Amino acid sequence: MHLAAALHKDVLLQWRGRAQVVAIFVFGATSLLLFSFAIGPDSAALRQHAAGFIWLALLLSSTLTLADSFHSEMEERALEGLLLLPVSPGALYYGKALANWAQLSFLGICLVPVMVVLYDAFTTRFLGLVGIILLGSAGLSAPGTLYAAMTSQARAKQTLLPLLLFPIVVPVLLASVKATSLLILGDPMGQIRSWALLLVSFDLICWSLSGLLFGRVVED
Amino acid sequence: MPSHTLASPLADDAALPVAVEASGLCRRYGRRWALIDVSFRVPRGTLLMVAGRNGSGKTTLLRVLATAIRADRGTARIEGKDLRAEPQEVRDRIGLLSHQTYLYDSLTALENLQVAARFLGRDAGRVALLPLLEEVGLADRADDPPATFSAGMRRRLSLARVLLKKDASVVLLDEPYGQLDPPGFRLVDRLLGRLRERGATVLMATHLLDRAAELCDHGIVLEQGRLAWSGSAADLAARSGLNAAALPEGGV
Repeated sequence: MHLAAALHKDVLLQWRGRAQVVAIFVFGATSLLLFSFAIGPDSAALRQHAAGFIWLALLLSSTLTLADSFHSEMEERALEGLLLLPVSPGALYYGKALANWAQLSFLGICLVPVMVVLYDAFTTRFLGLVGIILLGSAGLSAPGTLYAAMTSQARAKQTLLPLLLFPIVVPVLLASVKATSLLILGDPMGQIRSWALLLVSFDLICWSLSGLLFGRVVED
Repeated sequence: MPSHTLASPLADDAALPVAVEASGLCRRYGRRWALIDVSFRVPRGTLLMVAGRNGSGKTTLLRVLATAIRADRGTARIEGKDLRAEPQEVRDRIGLLSHQTYLYDSLTALENLQVAARFLGRDAGRVALLPLLEEVGLADRADDPPATFSAGMRRRLSLARVLLKKDASVVLLDEPYGQLDPPGFRLVDRLLGRLRERGATVLMATHLLDRAAELCDHGIVLEQGRLAWSGSAADLAARSGLNAAALPEGGV
């Protein structure tokens, strides 16, 4: 019951802040555009680097999304108010993390057409790509939500969050880039499955651990 | 850390069950002690005024008792439940009106109540919650976000949020009259009356000593984090006409 209420609350908050989602999408798309300038007009090189750049754009965008997700919770200490109702910290965490996951996945899927246009990185395996985006976004949102809660009261949260988050999501980034690259460039050796399994394992560990640790982070 | 305890006579009547029991509570922020060795007991059903100058530790005391922050030393029990060992059980029993509104500025007034109602397992429908907004005088602003409200209106919405938790047996009110207009004062008086009727224990931090003397059974005064004075309703009545500037110095 608490999880459903938490998810409803966070989805409602995200809906009210949808202008921010549009701004973050524009940020991600602009990042992709700038990365393409770094490669130049070589279409083969662009296609080869497309997977890496879409995940970098999503990673950079995720820090904005994640940091923003705790802004309204801290403004009037609404999160503390919910904890005192009482609501279990686990329910609050999973509600927030699921809402962040949905938002990041949506953002990732919206960036795919931008990648296709800018990098000529078309793939017929669109469902597979959506699956990898879902798994990769889950890997970003689980630790990201925990670290966003940790840094939400810090003055330098916009700097601290990436500093904490980026090292821990290296396996997610690596597996997501490899799997996406195989989907775009072809997978003659059938390696996607093993990268997807790595993502699933990382997601399971992160979602379990972060849910357990959230209570310690938000309690005094 | 300075050590000083003033034994409170509030719960001398052993026949009355104790709702709130604090023993040697200490809390510090950085190097500054905000609460020093505060001990008292409050019988169930009591309305207790917590008075003291700005920075005397009133808010810290209420926040410690609400489990919003932890005491660095000492223990406390709410309805027999230890704050440190059983925080969730304590939270089940308390209602808190804090300095912070605990509201989401991007949601409407009604949606803010709906969020809390869903977590409390109560009917979160518009029909169920509108009477509550009516009671605090905000029914016509139900669909407006608190960001567009005055400070007093935000306070009223916070009060509605406290009223939502109908089964709280210990209610902690941090300056409930703060920022309210005269009708708002009467609203708080009505709330206190209703809490008394259903036998809830109330700890109310306030600077309005005259008003508190009329409504409360007992009072304590904090001075620089220490419990400096405690007395019964009769003592408070005798001091009728007290104002914040006339708070007793260094205990009575």
